Amino acid sequence: MSLLIDPEIAARVDRLELPFNTYGVDPYGASKQHLARLFTAFRFFYRHYFTVGVEGIEHVPARGRAMLVGNHSGGIAIDGAMVITSCFFELEPPRLAQGMAEKFMAQTPFMGLLATRSGQLTGLVETAEHLLHDDRLLMIFPEGARGTAKLYPERNTLVHFGSGFMRLAMKTRTPIIPFGFVGGGEAIPTIANSYALGKLFGAPYVPITPWGVALPAPVRLELTYSAPMTFEGSGTEEDEVIEGYVEEVKQRIAGLIEVGRERRRKALAWSRGAEDEARIEGEPGSTKEEQR
Amino acid sequence: MRVLIPGIGGVLGQRVARRLLEQGHEVIGIDRRPWHDAPPGIELHNVDIRKRAAEDVFRKRRPQAVIHMATVTHLVEKTAERYKINLGGTRAVFEHCRDWGVEHAIFVGRHTYYGAAADSPLYHKEEDPPMAVTTFPELSDLVAADLYACTALWRLPNLCTTVLRMAYTLGPTGHGTLATFLRGRHVPMVLGFDPLFHFMHEEDVTTAICLALEKRVQGVYNVAGPQPVPLSVVVRGTGRSPIPLPEIAFRAALGRFGLPRLPPGALAHIKYPVVVDSEAFRAATGFVHQVDEVRAMQEFRDAFPVRG
Repeated sequence: MSLLIDPEIAARVDRLELPFNTYGVDPYGASKQHLARLFTAFRFFYRHYFTVGVEGIEHVPARGRAMLVGNHSGGIAIDGAMVITSCFFELEPPRLAQGMAEKFMAQTPFMGLLATRSGQLTGLVETAEHLLHDDRLLMIFPEGARGTAKLYPERNTLVHFGSGFMRLAMKTRTPIIPFGFVGGGEAIPTIANSYALGKLFGAPYVPITPWGVALPAPVRLELTYSAPMTFEGSGTEEDEVIEGYVEEVKQRIAGLIEVGRERRRKALAWSRGAEDEARIEGEPGSTKEEQR
Repeated sequence: MRVLIPGIGGVLGQRVARRLLEQGHEVIGIDRRPWHDAPPGIELHNVDIRKRAAEDVFRKRRPQAVIHMATVTHLVEKTAERYKINLGGTRAVFEHCRDWGVEHAIFVGRHTYYGAAADSPLYHKEEDPPMAVTTFPELSDLVAADLYACTALWRLPNLCTTVLRMAYTLGPTGHGTLATFLRGRHVPMVLGFDPLFHFMHEEDVTTAICLALEKRVQGVYNVAGPQPVPLSVVVRGTGRSPIPLPEIAFRAALGRFGLPRLPPGALAHIKYPVVVDSEAFRAATGFVHQVDEVRAMQEFRDAFPVRG
């Protein structure tokens, strides 16, 4: 096995309840080896580089179809990556959250391949429906690419939500687990989006930060899940009805963002206080471990 | 039952014919190609399906069911002739079915109908549109033949029509598009892409076609066996070595250095997956595949070992 894979994580990947074949590949192309490598890398970001505070993970069901629906936070997909990582490390047994990526990913050599091998597929209604039919855990950002384009001052706001996820959830009788993500905007403070650079790389746009490229800063992130929401119906209702339901989810997520911001403020204040104390006691670092 | 198989001379046609004979059916075949070691029980007519002599077989023998397997790919025939065989032949088959009281017609098509593209869904359902027309123009005549066969569902209400869209075949005969692509020692891949490939063993292909006949299912069905596997796994599993080439080099290298020759449109099918959902067929016929992907690859590997 590769040096880049922690055996403990490989053992955890083995416990994913997915129909992997002899070659360790599931019917959608996710591979055990890639997942183990990915989560070995993501654990470092999840536990050490960022500090991710998670609340309400118990709302994510252990089995059966479900849809994680939340806000975009930050110009590159650290929000999605950390949601997937939280479902892998915090749930027993671990679950693989599967996101719906932009089409340009699939067209880019290696990028599309890495995404597919870790269970992240091109965002299509048909594929999403099939995943739910197979009782998978779907991760949806209804803001889409508009959401990742948010600039630093808009980081904790919500832009327009698409309604496709709601129709699909109703049609397939899937519970929606809303989540709020806070801190991505601090990790990647977007000051502008370059559409010209985007064109060059085949992406919709490339976020520009004060330090130029979109490398995330090591900040504290807060992820808050809430109790599942279910909506009765067939998914064929009129737009007005559907949009009312979407608004309910959006309001719930806005509330979760506030919960996360509050927690983040407290954690930062506390850690600042703790650092001051530590400085007085003359042993910095020891208290930093405790707060985790 | 008296079953007529246009295209009986092909590898799959022969297999289906033998299986039906074993099951006690009366089997009649039409093909331009000879079948030298055909079992004695099979009645062969060495005629072109588009010619008058073929209609005479329908007229005289009055088959109850027809399994149309006389379509060809770009690997076998070049453009103009291929269009005539696939489109003209399919038309002739359905017209004869209408005129000579055939009860059940099965069109054996291909899952590549759906085409491969970055934005095409995994697990195509039967209602998905045939994107192959744009992604792989060399397949457009097969798409048209498939759609033409589908029109029989409403044009010929007295005929039970089954359109099967079969995943790639892989097995010891080395028959089919995928097997042909894998024939050499080195198999080219596009660097940075490794799509899922959906294939099934020829035994299971035969079983599926015979089941469609036995259950007399009407409509359009995707047919697939075990779950799809990445192309790199198929290449290694069949004992070949993958040669990942950047897209530009890939185009230039095709047909040279012992690499297979492919039409330009085939590139999309090596970058992106064509994977089908065959649940409807399984539910309608009770089909269960017998050979898994590991054994299918192993049998191909044993039948076509890499030399040296």
